[in-house]
Amino acid sequence: MGPMFDGPEPIYLQIAQMIRAQVLAGELAEEEQVMSTTQFATTFRINPATAAKAFAGLVDEGVLYKRRGLGMFVAPGAREQLLADHRARFFDEVLAPALAQADLLDIPTAEIVDYVLGRPRPAGPAGGPRTGPTTDPTPR
Amino acid sequence: MTARPTSQHTDQPAGRPPADAPTVTAPFGAELRDVAVRYSRSDDPALDGATLTVRPGVITGLLGRNGAGKTTLAALLAALRRPTAGQVLVGPEGSLEDPFENVWTTMHTQLVRESGDVWETDKAKDTLAYYADLRPHWDAELAERLLEDFEVDVRKKPAEMSRGKRSALGAVIGLASRAPLTIFDEVYLGMDAPSRYAFYDAVVTDYAEHPRTIVLSSHLISEVERLFEDVVIIDRGRVLLAENADDVRSRGVSLTGPAEVVERHAAGREVLARQRLGGTSQVTLFGTFAAGERAAAVEAGLEVGAVPVQDLFVHLTRKDRPGTGADTEEAR
Repeated sequence: MGPMFDGPEPIYLQIAQMIRAQVLAGELAEEEQVMSTTQFATTFRINPATAAKAFAGLVDEGVLYKRRGLGMFVAPGAREQLLADHRARFFDEVLAPALAQADLLDIPTAEIVDYVLGRPRPAGPAGGPRTGPTTDPTPR
Repeated sequence: MTARPTSQHTDQPAGRPPADAPTVTAPFGAELRDVAVRYSRSDDPALDGATLTVRPGVITGLLGRNGAGKTTLAALLAALRRPTAGQVLVGPEGSLEDPFENVWTTMHTQLVRESGDVWETDKAKDTLAYYADLRPHWDAELAERLLEDFEVDVRKKPAEMSRGKRSALGAVIGLASRAPLTIFDEVYLGMDAPSRYAFYDAVVTDYAEHPRTIVLSSHLISEVERLFEDVVIIDRGRVLLAENADDVRSRGVSLTGPAEVVERHAAGREVLARQRLGGTSQVTLFGTFAAGERAAAVEAGLEVGAVPVQDLFVHLTRKDRPGTGADTEEAR
C-alpha cells in the first residue's frame, strides 16, 4: 500500500480519522460493513492491534458498532452525529486558528468578510450549505 | 505435522496442554530478570542487569545498535545459552519456565538469525524437512506458498544462494514454524526492498490469522515500526525502555509554526532536531507534553506532532548520552 498513515499522530488516531472522514463523505454508508482488523492490518501493513484500537475508539464514539460474529458496521445516525460534532468544533478548531493567522498577517477583518460573502457556495440539493462537506477538514 | 512433544514431566504446568489437546499452543510470554551475560572476564558484559517482559501474543520490536545485546537476548530466549546471572523465563502466560535444556519450550520457540539457521551445505529442502519435524505447528502449505513468493529454489544449498535468498529461507522457516514464540533477528539482511515488504506483509497476514508472540529486531526502524505493538530498546547491555509503541512515540513531540512561537514553547526542553525554513521552524523535543502544554501550543497556532520511533531511538542510543541517566527511569 502507498504511504498511508504516516502523519504525526499515533496511527490508531489516523485510522479513526480516516474512517470518520469516509462516513462524513458518505463513502461508508450507515449499516455498511467496514474492513476487519485483519484486512485493515494487511492492507496497510500495520499491527492488527493498532487497527483494533482504532475500531474500539469508534465503537465508543458511536460511529461503528459490532455485530457478533459478523464484524464492524457503521452505526445508524453516525453521519449526523459526526456532522454535529464537527460543526460544534468548526469555529474553535478551524476558524479561530485561521483568523489568528489572519491577524498575524495583518489581513483586515473587512477583507475576510468580503471574501466569505463573495465566495461561490457549493451548489447543494435540499439543505444548501449545511448538507455538509465532502471531506473532513478538521485537524485533530 | 502434529507430533506432540513427549514431556518428561508427569505433572503438567497449567499452560502446557495435555498430549491429546488441540494442536494450538498458547502464545508464549518471556521474562528477563536482572540478566547478565558475560562472554569473557575481560570484556564488557553483553547483557548487564537486563530486566524486561515480552507480552504473549504481541509483536515486539527489539531495537538496539550493533553490539547492544540484541543477539545475546535472542539467544537466551531460544535457550542457545544460559545467562551468567539472573533469570530467563519463557512459556504460556502463567506458567513461564527456564527454557535452558527445556525440550518443550525450545520446541515451541523459533529463532531465525541473520545466518538463517540452516544447513549450509545441504539442500534447502532438507533444512525445511528438519524444521517440519521439529516444530509441532509447522504449516507446510504456508512454507510452500512463501517459498514461491520469495522465489527460493529448495533444491539449492544455502551456501550457493545469494544472501537475500538465504535470508528469505530463514524468514520462511520463521513464519511456517508458527511457533508460539518466534524471534526474527535481523532476518531482512540482503533482502531487497520488494522482498522485505513481502516479508512484512507475510508477518502481518499470518500473525493476524494465527496470533503468536513475535520478537523482531531490525535496524530499518522506519520500515517496521508500524508492525510493533511493543518496543524494547537495549543499549550497551541494558534495557533502556520496554513499553507500548504508542508510549514510545509519545516520548517525543514535534512543534511546527512561526519560529519565535515554536522557540517559546520549546524553551527549557531537550531539543533533538531543529529545522528552519524562512519564518517557520520545526523542533523535535524529547519528553512528553502534558495535555495542558499541548493545548497551549495548539492555541498559539503551532502544529503538535509525534516523533518517529527512529528519531527517538537515535537520540536514546547516542554514544555521548550518559548510560545511567536513561536506565534509572526504567529500572525496577
